[in-house]
Amino acid sequence: MVRTYVLLVWTWTRAAAQYPLSFTLMTLGGMVLGGLDVAVIWVIFTNTTTLGGFGLSEVMFLYGAACLSFATADLLFGNVDRISQHIRAGTFDTMLIRPVSPFVQMATDRFVPYRAGRVVQGAVILAIALSHLDVPGDRVWMIPVMVLSGIVIFTAVWVLGSAVQFLLTDAPDLTNSLTSGGATLTQYPLSVYSADLVRGVTFVLPLAFVNWQPGLYVLGREDPSGLPYWLRFLSPAAAAAMALVAALAWRTGIRHYRSTGS
Amino acid sequence: MIEVDRLGRTFKVRGTVTHAVQDLSFGIEAGEFVGCLGPNGAGKSTTIKMLTGILAPTSGRLRVAGLDPSRRRTALAREIGVVFGQRTTLWWDLPLKDSFELVRLLYKVDRGVFRRRLDELCALLDIGDFLTTPVRQLSLGQRMQGDITAALLHDPPILILDEPTIGLDVVSKAGVRDFLRRLNAENGTTILLTTHDLGDIERLCRRVMLIDHGRLAFDGTVAGLRAIVPGEDSIEEVVTHLYLSSRRSPRTPPPRPAQDPPSVTA
Ligand SMILES: Nc1ncnc2c1ncn2[C@@H]1O[C@H](COP(=O)(O)OP(=O)(O)O)[C@@H](O)[C@H]1O
Ligand SMILES: [Mg+2]
Repeated sequence: MVRTYVLLVWTWTRAAAQYPLSFTLMTLGGMVLGGLDVAVIWVIFTNTTTLGGFGLSEVMFLYGAACLSFATADLLFGNVDRISQHIRAGTFDTMLIRPVSPFVQMATDRFVPYRAGRVVQGAVILAIALSHLDVPGDRVWMIPVMVLSGIVIFTAVWVLGSAVQFLLTDAPDLTNSLTSGGATLTQYPLSVYSADLVRGVTFVLPLAFVNWQPGLYVLGREDPSGLPYWLRFLSPAAAAAMALVAALAWRTGIRHYRSTGS
Repeated sequence: MIEVDRLGRTFKVRGTVTHAVQDLSFGIEAGEFVGCLGPNGAGKSTTIKMLTGILAPTSGRLRVAGLDPSRRRTALAREIGVVFGQRTTLWWDLPLKDSFELVRLLYKVDRGVFRRRLDELCALLDIGDFLTTPVRQLSLGQRMQGDITAALLHDPPILILDEPTIGLDVVSKAGVRDFLRRLNAENGTTILLTTHDLGDIERLCRRVMLIDHGRLAFDGTVAGLRAIVPGEDSIEEVVTHLYLSSRRSPRTPPPRPAQDPPSVTA
């Protein structure tokens, strides 16, 4: 499955490489948009010294981690949210008659690597933030765990939203608002939000485990909302639970798939 | 090769229930060439989608190459080639040969085997001239040749086609027909196609099935179909007669004759 994924991605990348100009422009465009996000944080810090109780480097750390997870998930699996287009165009039917999971086919369909620009951007911001922070050596292990869990959680949110589209073919924007909303939300320390929202993204849709809870551990900070300490180790569990729920929803969706009458 | 037993599929759209296919039973042996006729909305495409694993049935049982299609989709994919006349299974933006390369990757066809097979199919279907053309720029006839090639690159024992000749000019149509006939005769590929073109049926199919209102209204030879309306020789007239009579009384399909009536050579 991984092999097929890589081969398909490579084939589509080669196809995209025939248009180097549009590839370059798209990559740069993505980075400019991301740069604007960073500029917003900068502007905030020219007026105050902390955001939700966190200093600039700490905010950048949280931002970079969320950005890296989101951009990687988007690069690898973001195409999955095109499902309602595929259903309406009938291309999903075609994917079902191939001996490869429709999930892999959809993720790689017309794959363009320009989203890699934002992955690089997230990694750079995270690296800069870390160089300004004094993270104790015995806490560094949490950083890759956090990024990986984040990738899984964002992917699962996409798949969940896509699975819903099997039933409601008319609601294509749901997935989008869910995931980009989630991405924006995790860019800032959760302490800037209301307590209800924080509880929601901890216990219902576990976006707090993308960067916030494990980030508190890396930064060695108290939880401003006073939630239990052990929560900050639960990112892998939250990611696994989300992946399971998403996989079940996806299966159910495909079983209820009804194609289009024509 | 194909076993269908009391197959049914309903669709619920905003409270109204459509019985797209109901109580459909038939069997197809290896090496047969079967044509499926039926007015628009009869349930042909729905049947094809169930046979290919795209749709799960709501009732009944079916086996294709011994597999339950909607549950064993990936295993089934290696056993069947599928062509939709109404839309391509290729990729709009890619040149035909890149589409074939993607199909090769999806089916994990060995590179050498793939090249040999593609050469064979290119020669038979005469597609060598437009291999580098993006699919969106192909004519309907060329696209259909490309689609059929793509469906056969993994050498499936069964080929299922939903309206493969729709919209084709006479020359392309003759090309497709000739190819399918040879594939069935020389390769032994089992073929099931749906069509509105009675020429397809008369020239290709030893056996014809007529589906109407989701049910099997006729299953037998072309000669047997003709014999349903005594004194009527043109198959077109016979089919028109059957379609019209079923529209008047949709609940009672026309009588189904014995499986193989004495065949009259045309
Ligand atoms: N995905 C679908 N959703 C709702 N109704 C459908 C769907 N697919 C087919 N139908 C209905 O089922 C019936 C049979 O359609 P179909 O199998 O496409 O007929 P045919 O291919 O013989 O023209 C039609 O009434 C059609 O409207
Ligand atoms: Mg149809």
